Amino acid sequence: MAQQLVKKDDDRDDEAEYSPFMGIEKGAVLQEARVFNDPQLDARRCSQVITKLLYLLNQGETFTKTEATEVFFAVTKLFQSKDMGLRRMVYLMIKEISPSADEVIIVTSSLMKDMNSKIDMYRANAIRVLCRITDGTLLAQIERYLKQAIVDKNPVVASAALVSGIHLLQTNPEIVKRWSNEVQEAVQSRAALVQFHALGLLHQIRQNDRLAVSKLVTSLTRGTVRSPLAQCLLIRYTSQVICESGNNTQSGDRPFYDYLESCLRHKSEMVIFEAARAITELNGVTTRELTPAITVLQLFLSSSKPVLRFAAVRTLNKVAMTHPTSVTNCNIDMESLISDQNRSIATLAITTLLKTGNESSVDRLMKQITNFMSDIADEFKIVVVEAIRSLCQKFPLKYRSLMNFLSNILREEGGFEYKKAIVDSIVILIREIPDAKETGLLHLCEFIEDCEFTYLSTQILHFLGIEGPKTSDPSKYIRFVYNRVHLENATVRAGAVSTLAKFGAAVDELKPRIFVLLRRCLFDSDDEVRDRATLYLNTLGGDGSVVETDKAVKDFLFGPFDVPLVNLETSLKNYVPSEEAFDIDSVPKEVKSQPLAEKKAPGKKPTGLGAPPSGPPSTADAYQRVLSSIPEFANFGNLFKSSEPVELTEAETEYAVNVVKHIFDRHVVFQYNCTNTIPEQLLEHVIVIVDSSEADEFSEVFSKPLKSLPYDSPGQIFVAFEKPEGVATLGKFSNVLKFIVREVDPTTGEADDDGVEDEYQLEDLDIVSADYTLKVGVSNFRNAWESLGPDYERVDEYGLGPRESLAEAVNTVINLLGLQPCEGTEAVPPNSRSHTCLLSGVFIGNIKVLVRLSFGLDGPKDVAMKLTVRSEDETVSDAIHEIVASG
Amino acid sequence: MSPSKLDLCPSVKNILLLDHDGRRVAVKYFSDEWATNSAKETFENLVFEKTQKTLARNEAEIILLENHIVVYKFAQDLQFFVTGGDEENELILSSVLQAFFESVTILLRGNVDKKEALENLDLILLCIDEIIDGGIVLETDPNVIAGKVASNSTDSGAPLSEQTLSQALATAREHLARSLLK
Repeated sequence: MAQQLVKKDDDRDDEAEYSPFMGIEKGAVLQEARVFNDPQLDARRCSQVITKLLYLLNQGETFTKTEATEVFFAVTKLFQSKDMGLRRMVYLMIKEISPSADEVIIVTSSLMKDMNSKIDMYRANAIRVLCRITDGTLLAQIERYLKQAIVDKNPVVASAALVSGIHLLQTNPEIVKRWSNEVQEAVQSRAALVQFHALGLLHQIRQNDRLAVSKLVTSLTRGTVRSPLAQCLLIRYTSQVICESGNNTQSGDRPFYDYLESCLRHKSEMVIFEAARAITELNGVTTRELTPAITVLQLFLSSSKPVLRFAAVRTLNKVAMTHPTSVTNCNIDMESLISDQNRSIATLAITTLLKTGNESSVDRLMKQITNFMSDIADEFKIVVVEAIRSLCQKFPLKYRSLMNFLSNILREEGGFEYKKAIVDSIVILIREIPDAKETGLLHLCEFIEDCEFTYLSTQILHFLGIEGPKTSDPSKYIRFVYNRVHLENATVRAGAVSTLAKFGAAVDELKPRIFVLLRRCLFDSDDEVRDRATLYLNTLGGDGSVVETDKAVKDFLFGPFDVPLVNLETSLKNYVPSEEAFDIDSVPKEVKSQPLAEKKAPGKKPTGLGAPPSGPPSTADAYQRVLSSIPEFANFGNLFKSSEPVELTEAETEYAVNVVKHIFDRHVVFQYNCTNTIPEQLLEHVIVIVDSSEADEFSEVFSKPLKSLPYDSPGQIFVAFEKPEGVATLGKFSNVLKFIVREVDPTTGEADDDGVEDEYQLEDLDIVSADYTLKVGVSNFRNAWESLGPDYERVDEYGLGPRESLAEAVNTVINLLGLQPCEGTEAVPPNSRSHTCLLSGVFIGNIKVLVRLSFGLDGPKDVAMKLTVRSEDETVSDAIHEIVASG
Repeated sequence: MSPSKLDLCPSVKNILLLDHDGRRVAVKYFSDEWATNSAKETFENLVFEKTQKTLARNEAEIILLENHIVVYKFAQDLQFFVTGGDEENELILSSVLQAFFESVTILLRGNVDKKEALENLDLILLCIDEIIDGGIVLETDPNVIAGKVASNSTDSGAPLSEQTLSQALATAREHLARSLLK
């Protein structure tokens, strides 16, 4: 034991010999830095000490403010030495310490002296140091020297000044912009790198001036550019100009394309690659334009240099996403890259091949990938899995080998993200390829037998519950599900119980067996599991009680949970102190933010419910709170919907009034938001006189006036109407604002005692059908459509007359109906002649409505529309048609 | 300095010289993406860990890490890395790596190992300083870079009498070495 220890120490000693900085300590080095103050400077010693200081900084050591200041002052003494090596170290040290503004002054004069030195090395470095540490005021002093330096005949000096200019442009643009003449001159320099730096600076000075950039590019693409780096830069500027000028592809020729193409024949690989990449990234690049770029990239694929292979395969991979056929020529070279030592290259090659491959090559490809999968990292595997998924979607007939591949890798070791990617892929394939369903489900079943991730287990169980009962032999899945009840944690057990119940509900012959299993779950140690089992036994009739109708059970088990969880939470909180039974229908369904119902199934990307309703998400809450604070509205029941504010006055009038329409089952409340914009007036006893003579079915029941309305502090007036229950009653209301005006002295703020009665005409207000519909999205329109059934379907066709565009017509109808567009169908692709739009929502009385709109262009501008409505009530279906017919 | 302003200009985010255990020999960061020393060390560890399977002895290798491209080359117990953004031209980064590697080779007179590098750390630091300035490529010709760095250690400005004998010898040796290597 002791011997071992000694031996270890020996090892360490051996290793320590390597480093001249062994046992170095900050304190000791700072002490050593005193040699900087010696009257007789030992340049070599000083250099060594600076190196030690830099070593410490480099290893992550930090100096305190005082230490840094001390070192800085000591270092400034070293300007006395004429030793060039030491001076270089001094420059480096000053840059590393980055002194504060007041300290900078100490070295400024020394550096300015060096800037005008005869030694170029001093000049170049002094410029870089000074520009690094300087601020705006000092910069103005040295500007003259910098301008000279830019056109200095020594390229090192010129480059130093130009690069410093690029940095300074970020902090002092106005000064650097004054140098553009000198920079312009430097662009013509014969020194390769000076040209590169000058070009970089000149472009940045002019980057906001499109015309100037365009001119710069035009002149340089014709002239000579010496360094490959400058050439790369010019290619980037050129593609920017091409992008901004838009493509004039009518003539078939893109401006500057010839230049990019000529760069493909440059002698430097760097330039060739930059040009090839630029071409592949052109907006709307054509196959003809792509071909020469692909050809050079293909040559790079067989290069001996990994960097070149990587660059080429990465670019081709991107091209394959948009132009797979253009890349197919490279497939043979690409296949040889699968065995590339560099795993990044191999992964990129595989994913490219998966994108470009054809049906016949799939099997061969899969064989190659299988060998490869075992020795790459998870992050690469995920990329491959995703590529395989899209391949399978492209070639559904090949599902067997692809599904096999997925199930094999599912069994191997891997982290959560990787496993999730595989499960997601299998789920998507099951959904999209009916033939793949049974094998896919069995693979998933096997996976949960030995799955360490609770999240994945529950997601798969949920999915099994939905898809399993629809298979030819549902019973074979029961064993897998029930095993979970025995072997898993509480979360998974609860999920398994739900899944069992779904099998029971969907497959009658399984019911008795399911009951047996569920009853066993009643003795589970976890209360959630027990509760679920009890609940399901109850609903399915397993305890001998009255069985609910089949439809109700299925709705309960399979139906979408269409109440946003946030709303449910608020409703439950309100419910806790009350006595009545809780009614789920009383929960408002208006979506306040991203609905949670979206994330039901694994792997299902949010289909996009369209934008959440406009306006701040909390408005509905705020309205509910305001309204419930007024006792007269208490018996109106639940708020169905609040409209967006409707302006009743022109902008910038004396009094600004807008109205929000709150719709209840049997009532309508108008909330008038009033603002007094005259500082010299105080309004009192403000009321709105509403004339409902054009709205027969409405009768005013209550009005809440505003006691006073001072300048610039908004107040609300409420007027409530009764209307027939659950019906979309329409009407027109005219409004007059009545009040007493009192003059206010703006200096003292005191109001006159005498008031004058006055009134102010407001604009009319309509209750329209859209006020009675609520935007509620569904996660899967087709399922919802099927489940509503054709019982109350109403179909009709309408001519919408001449319209600006199809998109405009679609938008108008959506707004007219006030329903939620589903699955992104509100977006009309440009130039299309027909479009189908899916809408969903809830009509007053809590009746679900689904609408399918088919638009078609009839003649140049005329739009025709077929409207199909399905709902839970035929009057509602008719009402929707009426909205359109009258709109 | 915000990288967005420099988006079109090729830029280097850092240059790393590590030993074969992943420890720092000399590093220089030009991007403020890594604000603290621990962030830098985390990045260095990641780079080191992910690159050890490759040889990278003859030809420079390349890897995509998070949103960075890292090109690298190993020699004896030293590992050279150059990092750029994921939109950067890989070949530009590779030319910077080559410049770094070759100029260090010249400066260390062909003895590219950790011991030699640490003994000449000043030259290595100056070398990095001559290749990149604040992320912008300053020079990529290894002979020019080495020339600029090495000229500093020869004291042409001071009279010969001020040099000690060992300094004079060192100067002579360097001259010789450079003329041989050229």
